[in-house]
Amino acid sequence: MSGRTAALAGNPNVGKSTVFNGLTGLRQHTGNWPGKTVAVARGRCASDRRTYELVDLPGTYALRARSAEEAVTRDALCFGRPDAAVVVCDGGCLERNLVLALQIFETGLPAVVCVNLLDEARRRGVRVDLEELSRCLGVPVVGTVARRKASLRQVPAALDALLDGSWDGEPLRPQYDPIVEAAAAHVAAALAPGLRGRLDGRWLALRLLEGDRPLLARAEEFLGWRFTGDGTVAAALAAARVQLAAAGMDGAALAEELSAVPVRTAQVIAARVVTRTAAPDRDARLDAVLTGRRTAFPVMLALLAAIFYLTAVGANGPSAWLSSMFEALGARLSAWLAGAPAAVRGALVDGVYRGLTAVIAVMLPPMAIFFPLFTLLEDAGYLPRVAYNLDKPLEKCRACGKQALTMMMGFGCNAAGVVGCRILDSPRERLLAMVTNGFVPCNGRFPTLIAAASLFLAGGAGTALALTAAVTLAVGATLAATALLARTVLRGTPSAYTLELPPYRRPQLGQTVVRSLLDRAVFVLGRAAAVAAPAGLVIWLLGQAEAGGVPLLQRCAAFLDPAGRLLGMDGTILLAFVLALPANELVLPLALMIYQAQGTLGGVGTTAALGEVLRANGWTAVTAVCVGLFTLFHWPCSTTLLTVRRESGSWRWAALAAALPTAFGAAACSLVAAAARLLG
Amino acid sequence: MGMEFPLSRLEPGESAVVSRVETGGAMGRRLRDLGLIAGTAVTCLGRSPWGDPSAYGFRGAVVALRARDCAGVRCTRGAQP
Repeated sequence: MSGRTAALAGNPNVGKSTVFNGLTGLRQHTGNWPGKTVAVARGRCASDRRTYELVDLPGTYALRARSAEEAVTRDALCFGRPDAAVVVCDGGCLERNLVLALQIFETGLPAVVCVNLLDEARRRGVRVDLEELSRCLGVPVVGTVARRKASLRQVPAALDALLDGSWDGEPLRPQYDPIVEAAAAHVAAALAPGLRGRLDGRWLALRLLEGDRPLLARAEEFLGWRFTGDGTVAAALAAARVQLAAAGMDGAALAEELSAVPVRTAQVIAARVVTRTAAPDRDARLDAVLTGRRTAFPVMLALLAAIFYLTAVGANGPSAWLSSMFEALGARLSAWLAGAPAAVRGALVDGVYRGLTAVIAVMLPPMAIFFPLFTLLEDAGYLPRVAYNLDKPLEKCRACGKQALTMMMGFGCNAAGVVGCRILDSPRERLLAMVTNGFVPCNGRFPTLIAAASLFLAGGAGTALALTAAVTLAVGATLAATALLARTVLRGTPSAYTLELPPYRRPQLGQTVVRSLLDRAVFVLGRAAAVAAPAGLVIWLLGQAEAGGVPLLQRCAAFLDPAGRLLGMDGTILLAFVLALPANELVLPLALMIYQAQGTLGGVGTTAALGEVLRANGWTAVTAVCVGLFTLFHWPCSTTLLTVRRESGSWRWAALAAALPTAFGAAACSLVAAAARLLG
Repeated sequence: MGMEFPLSRLEPGESAVVSRVETGGAMGRRLRDLGLIAGTAVTCLGRSPWGDPSAYGFRGAVVALRARDCAGVRCTRGAQP
């Protein structure tokens, strides 16, 4: 027997993804952003008896979905026909976590409860009696410490026991007021013939009484039966409502009862299985600094500057090494292809190969440093504090505080940031966050920013300072653009929101570094192959094709020159920005290539060598500032635009996501250029 | 028991017990899903640098809520340890 599916569900911040990673190892496909479940990841995990297909679902507090992400989880659990659920709970916060577990038991889905983060709970003075918990819940319970792989072996073993019939417990279902139970039983009886066991009758009856319309619509779709329009069901429902109303159990009272009973049941169970001893409250002291009135923003800026410093300084060496290595390899490749026609050799080596390697050399080292550092901050629990600190400014912009999180993701990759907007509940706020995400400079733009900064500022410290200023400006511009949209095309009031501040955690250094490195390396290589290689070919062709004796590339640059000059740059740089639409990291290699009129992507090599070439082509401090500004504010890459199109369902929003930052950048650059001309 | 007051009035460091949740709609449901129901003990753990939102501890978790979102959560200074 093989091929069973188990869905991994749990509250956000319970280390669910770590459990998933630990169970599936590298036999999985993860989302764009390490540590954040933006799309559903799947992976395989073997027990002694069979192989399980594990599905890592987005974190949720309840089966009643509010955001698109939570709807994914609800639909997968209720209508995705998994064989079982693994409910991952935080051992340090069991009481709240059990509420979701109880809601999942109600659906009738066989479940295993995995109490995770036991080591951390112990440090906070919390102990959980797992055997008693299993007795109370009537389901297999395993205790795990995700970083200790051996403890995770219990999960597939528990699934085996559950699915092979050797588990004889009956999952606990929260018991409501007898009047509610009677009403639900009445409706369930009417539903039974149509359901034919495909969904749990009592569960669906409760949802009907509750009136959870989106869920009911999905249930009807799943069953292929419009039960809300069924005469018998409607009559039973009406009768049940009359009974409930007579007992004063309607409207708000019923809603209260349906959500309060699982919470109280969880409270009773937690009181039986959890023992607490006083432990020093490290979190409170950390929060006093990291979210304190005077310290929050200085600390935030300092952390940001430190990350940029390490990225800028650390990436220089490996980048130079990679490009010289690729250079040598390219010469060998060229020699090896000596027999081939010159055009083929040129297209392959000078086009495809150089396009590919330029992106890898420029992009991989900063990403390999930036992403693990960022993931460490995320795993330590700092990012929610950033959202907490930035909530008020975002609220003033009539946006959601969680937009701060999607902005953070944007620093890594704008496309990932746009997908991350699924965590936002309201469609209006989701659009605000998606359209403005391109204002945040992604990693592909950092090499250009670093080069522009280091050209006229000496040392890593100066570069880091300039980058921090650039990022602060970008965040300010994002807020301004958000406020502008929220007062024009996306008017509305901010929706209510809740933001959990999870306990600070010691991040798992080794796993984080390896995983984000692997994820990033694979992502970068894939993108280099899919985007940069063909782009390299096109650019090579443009360099070869001549019109009136002048390469097309030069002609285009000359054509764009007046516009470029107006923006404080030149035609070559502007052309490089245009051609780099598929991948922002191509801007500098492209500009170099056009300057050198060699028809191939130029290697960037060391910053000093780069500076010489650029200065020789007329770059001044004003050029550097304008290139920096335009790098911050112009159209996002094509992947991001396609993602906005897909996530928003309309090209209009994608067009706005391109036009808005471009207008902003053009305005800023022409102002700087005009000011520079005035001042001489 | 004393007078009822909105959760948003709870000062950092103070604790109270929820007496009822008047917040309706989606937000009311979300608060209840998080475990904020009548009888829940809540402690205000701090405010963000701008004075809003505030962090509240209840049922073992810490959740940040904006003042106007939790104004409908009525509390009393119940018997607290």
